[in-house]
Amino acid sequence: MSDLSQQPRKVLVIGSGPIVIGQAAEFDYAGTQACKALREEGVSVVLVNSNPATIMTDRDIADRVYIEPLTVPVLERIIATERPDGILPTLGGQTGLNLAVDLADAGVLDRYEIRLLGTPLETIRKSEDRDYFRQFLTDIGEPMPPNRTVSNMDEAQAYRAETGLPLVIRPAYTLGGTGGGIANTDAEFSAIVESGLSASPISQVLLERSLVGWKEVEYEVIRDGADNCITVCNMENLDPMGAHTGDSIVVAPSQTLTDKEYQMLRTASLKIIRGLGIEGGCNIQLALRPHPDAMKNRPGDWDADSDYYVIEVNPRVSRSSALASKATGYPIARVSAKIAVGRRLDEIANAVTGNTGAAFEPALDYCVVKIPRWPFDKFPNGDRHVTTQMKATGEVMAIDRSFESALQKATRALEQSNSSLLWEDKEWRDLNVRGGRQQLLDSLPLHPNDLRLWALATSLRRGITRDELVAHTSIDPWFIAALERIVDQERRLLGNPLTPATLLASKRLGFPDQEIATLSGLLAEQVRQMRQQLGIRPVFKMVDTCAAEFEAATPYYYSAYDTENEAPPLEGPKAVVIGSGPIRIGQGIEFDYCSVHAAWALSQAGVASIMVNSNPETVSTDFDTSDRLYFEPLDEEAVRDIIDNETIDDNPPPSLVQFGGQTAINLSQSRAAAGLPILGSSAEAIDIASDRQKFERFLVDLGIPQPPGATVISVDQALRVAQRIGYPVVVRPSYVLGGRAMEIVRNATELIRYLTIATEVTPEREVLVDHYMEGRECEVDAICDGERVLIPGIMEHVERAGVHSGDSMAIYPGLNLTEAEVNTLVDYTTRIGLALGVRGLMNIQFVLQGGSAYRSPSLETAHDAEPTTVYVLEVNPRGSRTIPFISKVTGVPVANLATRVMLDDKLKDLGYEGGLWPRQKLVGIKAPVFSMSKLVGVDWYMGPEMKSTGEVMGIDWDFAGALTKALQAASINLSPGMGVLLSISDHAKADSLPLIRGLADAGCQLYATEGTATMITAMNLPVTTITKRIGEGSPDVLDVINDGTVGAVVNTLSGDTSVMRDGFFIRRAAVERRIPCFTSLDTARAAMESMLSGLDNYNILTTDEYLAASR
Amino acid sequence: MSRVVHLVLEDDTVFTGESFGAQREGWGEVVFNTTMTGYQEVLTDPSYAGQMVALTYPLVGNYGINRTDFESRRIQASALIVRQHCDLPSHSTSDMTLHAFLEEYNVPGISGIDTRALTRRLRTSGVMMGLLTFDDPDTARQKLADLPRYDNLDLVSTVTTQDGYSWDGSETAGYPTTPPPAGVRRILVTDVGLKYNILRLLHSRGCEVVAVPATTPADVMLGMQPSGLLLSPGPGDPELLGDIVDNVRQLIGHVPIMGICLGHQLTARALGARTYKLKFGHRGGNHPVKDLESGRVHITAQNHGYAVDADNLPAGLEVSQINLNDNTVEGLRHRELPLFTIQYHSEASPGPKDNEYLFDRFLAMVDDAKPAGRSA
Repeated sequence: MSDLSQQPRKVLVIGSGPIVIGQAAEFDYAGTQACKALREEGVSVVLVNSNPATIMTDRDIADRVYIEPLTVPVLERIIATERPDGILPTLGGQTGLNLAVDLADAGVLDRYEIRLLGTPLETIRKSEDRDYFRQFLTDIGEPMPPNRTVSNMDEAQAYRAETGLPLVIRPAYTLGGTGGGIANTDAEFSAIVESGLSASPISQVLLERSLVGWKEVEYEVIRDGADNCITVCNMENLDPMGAHTGDSIVVAPSQTLTDKEYQMLRTASLKIIRGLGIEGGCNIQLALRPHPDAMKNRPGDWDADSDYYVIEVNPRVSRSSALASKATGYPIARVSAKIAVGRRLDEIANAVTGNTGAAFEPALDYCVVKIPRWPFDKFPNGDRHVTTQMKATGEVMAIDRSFESALQKATRALEQSNSSLLWEDKEWRDLNVRGGRQQLLDSLPLHPNDLRLWALATSLRRGITRDELVAHTSIDPWFIAALERIVDQERRLLGNPLTPATLLASKRLGFPDQEIATLSGLLAEQVRQMRQQLGIRPVFKMVDTCAAEFEAATPYYYSAYDTENEAPPLEGPKAVVIGSGPIRIGQGIEFDYCSVHAAWALSQAGVASIMVNSNPETVSTDFDTSDRLYFEPLDEEAVRDIIDNETIDDNPPPSLVQFGGQTAINLSQSRAAAGLPILGSSAEAIDIASDRQKFERFLVDLGIPQPPGATVISVDQALRVAQRIGYPVVVRPSYVLGGRAMEIVRNATELIRYLTIATEVTPEREVLVDHYMEGRECEVDAICDGERVLIPGIMEHVERAGVHSGDSMAIYPGLNLTEAEVNTLVDYTTRIGLALGVRGLMNIQFVLQGGSAYRSPSLETAHDAEPTTVYVLEVNPRGSRTIPFISKVTGVPVANLATRVMLDDKLKDLGYEGGLWPRQKLVGIKAPVFSMSKLVGVDWYMGPEMKSTGEVMGIDWDFAGALTKALQAASINLSPGMGVLLSISDHAKADSLPLIRGLADAGCQLYATEGTATMITAMNLPVTTITKRIGEGSPDVLDVINDGTVGAVVNTLSGDTSVMRDGFFIRRAAVERRIPCFTSLDTARAAMESMLSGLDNYNILTTDEYLAASR
Repeated sequence: MSRVVHLVLEDDTVFTGESFGAQREGWGEVVFNTTMTGYQEVLTDPSYAGQMVALTYPLVGNYGINRTDFESRRIQASALIVRQHCDLPSHSTSDMTLHAFLEEYNVPGISGIDTRALTRRLRTSGVMMGLLTFDDPDTARQKLADLPRYDNLDLVSTVTTQDGYSWDGSETAGYPTTPPPAGVRRILVTDVGLKYNILRLLHSRGCEVVAVPATTPADVMLGMQPSGLLLSPGPGDPELLGDIVDNVRQLIGHVPIMGICLGHQLTARALGARTYKLKFGHRGGNHPVKDLESGRVHITAQNHGYAVDADNLPAGLEVSQINLNDNTVEGLRHRELPLFTIQYHSEASPGPKDNEYLFDRFLAMVDDAKPAGRSA
């Protein structure tokens, strides 16, 4: 037994903060698992994370939960209060590691005698600081590609002159490769080195010989304090070196490595984790010499002195370890946490089999494919190249018995227009080999980018050969051969009558019914019926960590067209929770949070919970979250197959569709059509809320006002409607989430542009045109049981209507609402809930018109007397992204209650009266976080289309404290005396006066573009005029941003496209310099007011302590 | 089109798949291996003689067959059972497909069956005899009943080398005729089904390596003045190998001995221990073994159906290592004699290379045991 006298008694776990590109839900999964594991060991857990949308920040996951900003001063205050004797930073991603280093550097760890658990400080430095790391690899005799660390441009240019290009640029200490890239030309080289030096907090980048085209292989390794080491999994990237692994299609286990190669890399990985002295999990990335055919067309090939090179080490759990955990069933975070407090591998049970230990290496008897989910459906103008800087917001995983079927299943799980390998871009339609083979290869996006997989299939369809593709892309021939088998099967299906043999062969290759139907001229439903008649249905196999060698207790399944079914239907009451799929902008971790709570609530009520999801990063797909987990795409076919499998005596289990965002709600109509039961609000209620016309009638009947508007199916009709209701108007396609393609247009010209360029309007693709009301926006989440409507709280947005609610700062409780306004909101919500027949959740967005559009929440008496009218903007009959936030600031377990209500429990019996839940004596503010620095070429401004990837929360006794913390946690706080650049559009100038005065009062140095400067001068305030004509004056707006003269930018938009373009450069520069950029005056004013109220005017308490004051 | 072929098990289960490799019948004990790479090494491992191997990893043959990853001269398994085999392998070293390889050595294969279902059956009911056949299942059942049982077969005699050889990177016929140069250890490897990687690892450690047939009498071996003796892995029930056990008994105490797998069982039996058959054996590359002295856990490559009984060990012999999955004996050492044995495969191939240190330990034992003045 290990010596547990050394075991810490109380451990501080650092979370990873808001979801950003490169750091997503995987750390909630890891952190939640770790907190549970530590408490099993009898260790008291103190958790800090600024992200309220996480399961880990629920009150019962850790002993003490702080939802506070992840800064050194805040952590020091928590440490001073809690006096933990250990700190575990390896579960909070790069954020956690960086904070640990900062705490050590600030002397906090020494001062409070805290042990750093998991990974030694020296190791964090070794793996992150390129010089240390290179020295370390040299010391242990492991190869790394020729390279040099540089800290300025001159040193960089000198190395380039010595070696030539291509070179890889990797900044030290950044997330997801931020600021890095591969340079093929001198111009690219200078640009990337500059951005890399700026992204690195220590201004250091590594220049490295390019291994582009080599195989990329990862190993997940675990070591305990007794030096026992295991590898959990290895993974091979379909996309060879050159694409960030987070942006690569990844396969587990490796497919093209011989045992000798597999073991060579495994041995190297073990040597590395031992050398680093890590106690816990670690991710090691290696490059392996590729198939010679893959390097045929690679210029600048060089004589490599090794068959493999070590690329990178993450001395912590990571996105890859989450993937490896879900791919193997091995809970890496759980085991790592136990090791961190002194357990040895052989003392930890294998929770999956239940009867073996954690000291073994999982054996897979299936193939796992991960495909990244990129945000380019929302940002079609962004740079879609995939390089060393990660761009994906999320990922999907699929498991099957062959690579082809796993790949096709993963493609389905993407839930976007190209959720089928048959998808081809419109622009590819006319491409063929007759225009020349090379020409075709060059025309298709076959370089690393988000559409490459589809381009590969397309080129095979057009007659490009495997050899040509291998030489062109450096992708291993094995993967291309698999795609060929898929395309060959398409040909067999195309135009031939569908035979049982072809159908079975197609299903075994992973073809969804829809594709088989498309290719053979049938309807998907006909294919399904044919399958049913022939008995061609999937069986469900278990993920058991051991390839069936031992009996396993986990209820974790995947579908396969094989013979033996291992998942007989669960007996007794049960329900299916439809999850939310990959993390994308508009549908983030909040929905996973809801799904998890739904599963828990079901189990609590004695109903077996059956989870369906395709996202490997999440808590919902952890093996012990639900009573049974099906790791499957969230499409019609997969969900119906699962329900069929769970059906006993023609009694299908009901589904819960309110928690998985739009993904789940979209499945509701077909559920109803197929006669499959839904728990909670009926499909009809959902339809009324989603259908513009039905909804309008519904509100009219209730006498509740709504901004005038209509659904249109042509440009003519749109112009007529807009004329009637008056500009500005808000336009958006119907049935979308996250304000996708939503815009505010101010005149007929803009409307025509929108309807012809930005979106397509046809009878099948309706567009909604509504009058835009520039008032204050509020929203509520509510639970309705058919008799009562419970409103946990009202949230008031800082930004006026027009900014997507997901991108707005939201304040709880509505500090600036009059009693009459509150009463109206409660009345409307109650009546809508009851009349719509909602069972479960709904979210309503309101706009309050009248009075000023901005009210300062810090001046509570400033309610203007002007009467307001409350309009309903929209009703979503499902859980919203504010559920976790409102649950945390009110203490009402919203998702849990909603689930109970769907099971026909009554709110009253659950201890809740209807109406507005008592206002808590605290203020909670949710602030959005954007990942725009990762998305080159994307314009950043706040508008009706959602752009944020995550959120943070500030909570305190008063508004000022909560606001300061929310801003700090989102890194958009201002500080007195800083330089601020202002460029305000004409229609916002009048509104900006209080902001400008406030900034001047705080001693900020004002810089402004021509028109804005004139106004400031007229206000009798000092200002420096900076020209916005880039390159025409010195300094211009970009100079003052790039040279650090200004620390924040305020830039409001006008609809004029040329002005948009000027602003674009300003906004991008601010984003890339990572300084606050305000495009809404309201946010800027809030930040200004926070600054004036003092920057350390906040308290640091657990969420429970804040809530206790109201009890 | 590939032919339809049936795998018929003793318990009447029938799996129907597609034939690949040699178009012929095959029979043997059906076993499963959970390693995810290394099918070429598995197929050529003599310990699989008399067995039809099912690989639990479903995609087999991806990197083809190369010239280097042989563990003996030929395919030893009597058939290969897979979910899917790859006919377009991808690797710079690949010479041929898995299908062609099986054909070349006249070994049949079946693909397209639910290998996980098969594995679950073997796990629950234990390993059993099976027949791979084109006949209808009824005929097949009759045939299967008439076939000899794996448990009763002396398979060592079918896999051991007929003539001894030296190893210097490949087989070189004949024994060395002179003593090894000063400072060089001469290691004899008794071939009861050895894997080349044992020879490779000893050779790479500077040893003069000599492989001898299983039946080589003890005095002939000792006459070659070996510094150490390695008893190799091999197929089948050690109880059937009385002569070899007697031979080993005569060697114990006269030369430092390391035993691997069957070699471990033979050594144990020579000292008076018992062996028994496991329900479905250990075959794979992920078994955790704990060293009872150091407390350390090692991930090991395994391939065995029999084990040494931990109870009633003879005096002097003690359990040094155990399997953490089922607590069976994984290693033995002797309190007085220069002798240790392991049930798993320190030579790996396929499998993790974590246990190659045991060859160093063996050679250290050889050096310690060296009578003073014999050589430097």
